[in-house]
Amino acid sequence: MKGRQIPRIAWPLFALGLILLFNLMFTDSFFAITIKDGHLFGSLIDILRRSAPTLIMAVAMTYVIATGGIDISVGSVLAISGSIASLVVWGGNTQYLTSAGSQYYAPMLSIILIPLVASILLGAFNGVMVSFIGLQPFIATLILMTAGRGLAQLLTGGKVLNFRHAGFEFVGRGYLFGLPFPFLLALGVIVLGTAITRLTPMGLYIQAVGGNRSASNFSGVNTRLVLLFVYIFSGFAAGLSGLVMTSDITGADAGFMGLYMELDAILAVVIGGTPMEGGKYNVGGTVIGVLIIQTLTTTILTKGIPTEYTLLVKAIVVVVVLIIQSNKMREVMGKRQGKMMVKGGSAI
Amino acid sequence: MGGKLLEVHNVYKVFPGVTALADVDFALERGEIHGLMGENGAGKSTLIKVITGVYQKDAGTIVLDGQEIHPTSPLHAEALGISTVYQEVNLLTNLSVAENLAIGRQPTGTVGIDWKTMNRRAVGILEKFDIDIDVTELLGNYSIAIQQMVAIARALELDSKLLILDEPTSSLNADEVEKLFKQMRRLKEQGHAIIFVTHFLDQVFEITDRITVLRNGKYVGEYATPSMTKLDLVSKLMGKSLDDLKNFDSISNHVETGDDANLIDVKGMEKTNYMNPFDLKVRKGDIVGLAGLLGSGRTEITNLLFGTQKPEGGELHIKGKRVNLNSPRKAIAHHLALSPEDRKQEGIISGLSVRENIVLALQVKKGWLHNISIRKQTELAEKYIGMLSIKTSGVNQPIETLSGGNQQKVILARWLATNPELLIVDEPTRGIDVGAKMEIQRLLVELSKQGMGIVFVSSEIEEVVRCSNRVYILQNRNIVGELLGEEISEQEIMVRIAAKGDRKV
Repeated sequence: MKGRQIPRIAWPLFALGLILLFNLMFTDSFFAITIKDGHLFGSLIDILRRSAPTLIMAVAMTYVIATGGIDISVGSVLAISGSIASLVVWGGNTQYLTSAGSQYYAPMLSIILIPLVASILLGAFNGVMVSFIGLQPFIATLILMTAGRGLAQLLTGGKVLNFRHAGFEFVGRGYLFGLPFPFLLALGVIVLGTAITRLTPMGLYIQAVGGNRSASNFSGVNTRLVLLFVYIFSGFAAGLSGLVMTSDITGADAGFMGLYMELDAILAVVIGGTPMEGGKYNVGGTVIGVLIIQTLTTTILTKGIPTEYTLLVKAIVVVVVLIIQSNKMREVMGKRQGKMMVKGGSAI
Repeated sequence: MGGKLLEVHNVYKVFPGVTALADVDFALERGEIHGLMGENGAGKSTLIKVITGVYQKDAGTIVLDGQEIHPTSPLHAEALGISTVYQEVNLLTNLSVAENLAIGRQPTGTVGIDWKTMNRRAVGILEKFDIDIDVTELLGNYSIAIQQMVAIARALELDSKLLILDEPTSSLNADEVEKLFKQMRRLKEQGHAIIFVTHFLDQVFEITDRITVLRNGKYVGEYATPSMTKLDLVSKLMGKSLDDLKNFDSISNHVETGDDANLIDVKGMEKTNYMNPFDLKVRKGDIVGLAGLLGSGRTEITNLLFGTQKPEGGELHIKGKRVNLNSPRKAIAHHLALSPEDRKQEGIISGLSVRENIVLALQVKKGWLHNISIRKQTELAEKYIGMLSIKTSGVNQPIETLSGGNQQKVILARWLATNPELLIVDEPTRGIDVGAKMEIQRLLVELSKQGMGIVFVSSEIEEVVRCSNRVYILQNRNIVGELLGEEISEQEIMVRIAAKGDRKV
């Protein structure tokens, strides 16, 4: 007989449902979706669009955490990626900054590819530090977290780089098939991650490395390659997030872009039921986690609650979700099930 | 004196998918040493954990000293007069020996802790065990055996009504075991009761008054120790008739395959400060035993062969071809397999299911582009669960919830699934019960008959003798001798291991 345990994802889903229910009752037209110019509009669509940058990061963070690691450099990598993209738009010339409108029209491909390649290299740097040098993931990525933001500010010369570029603006503001393009990009990252982990043994190896790295080595798993991969993927995702954000705000503010976003990403992973010690992961849960955080933020804003309370309300909801899915709570629930089984006389 | 100290009635403990204890009884008299025995997964540990409050029972009663108790935590149980020493030392290795012995009852002077008194007391406690060590040193700086003795000494000092020793002797040598037994007898004379869990038959017969046997989470019976023979006990443990056991001894005689070609041929392999140069040969169908004391180089040889340690010199030929194995990946590609010594650190991958643990090495062998589908994985896992009679609620049960013996079988399954030509097994039967031990030995013999070459490391000489058709003797990181066929006997191996300056290499 199979143990009928409540799946971990049930609790975050329940929490998300509660927040949505609250809005159904107390927020007018929260669920209304209208079509304007062939695009979908409404609070829900807005949530999808705004959650995209965190979602992209958090999905990749899930794999990092599953190996027992953590990547706290993603916010800085995002800033570097955004700064590079702005520079490329300006043809590398920060002198244009004050003039309105660019004379130089940078090719789309280079605006996308150069920042992404840079982000992948930064991810590879993290990966090498963790897998070959053997640094603690927290320390290894702390290096890039602090140094990275400095680097981003150096790149932009400490200025906010604003630009206009119709093609590139589509990345963060466009719509495709009626849906916000950033959200489709996030879906693309989910599909890419899922494909790599399901169609190759990568998913199994990620869990194996997180569960017991030494035993994985003894079983022949190329643990260094696995670690390298998850940090590269995380770097890539952070870079993509940076493109979405920069494009959306048509500018790069190296000092503040993506600041503390690594914390939101990590939080979403944990809310989604992926344990920090690694060995298991739940990408679906992470998606729900991001949506919880974003829906909460949107709800607070639309309810006109003073922004001072935003963080506090967020924290309370997060604590409740985490308590509900903690091992202690699961133990209590499990015990009830166990008792019922014995009393029913059908002990396996 | 006399009368029941502890009575356990109709206890149930159910985990999701597994009933660990079903209607189990247990009774302990005052002033007795009571052996608790059973195969892996029989429910010994669960019963102990229910008594000590680590788990809460789902049904049944526990009566201590005439009063029903409901221990909710080990601390609670300790307050009730039940103290426990677990198989794995759970003291604080970052504190001194004396501090560990005094935790919770440090003597205090005018200002803070009275260190002098504490250290003096610690020396006094350890003297009873003839342990003469610096008690101000960190506990973690001493060997596991010493740590275990400190844990036992601490538990004995608590002066509890009931002392539970859960496999305390697995890391102790004969001398240390004798000291432990002396202290156990002293406590018994003072009217304390002891529950003693162990896999070692000799020890049970030496020290216990009565024995309770569990099997598959059920109560089998309670027996007065003097009324039993070892064979009686083994058959109760295994639930098999005595004929089966006799049968086993006769199948173990190895048959020569007649195929003289070497599967692997090692010449002068070495690594500085790790293993001195050695030669080693394994033919198809060989079971080659490595016999020697702990630290003599047994595990070192297995790691050098498998590429988990990189050799610095020497040659390795596999089926006549010279190869250089510098990683487990390469070794696996050359159809080698290693079931390592340290099951917890190097074997099982907790968090992963039984299925995933089994397919891991095969997946590595197949490579990145040949993903094994979940359906195939399930088939494979089910095949080995059946073949090795692994006790699990299903292929998706997390491996850490299996008993030690079943975990060991999963690791063996992982390597058998890769269909190796040479299987290296390092202590495959450590810490597991008699029944599972014999099953694993029988399996190895069976595999060798099918042509697999096997390198077999065990610290139990009897096992090496029973299974091997060639034995290398190790001393101080050297291979010092080789025994073939009829020459292999326990006495001969012991003499060779003990012999001095008998270097043949």
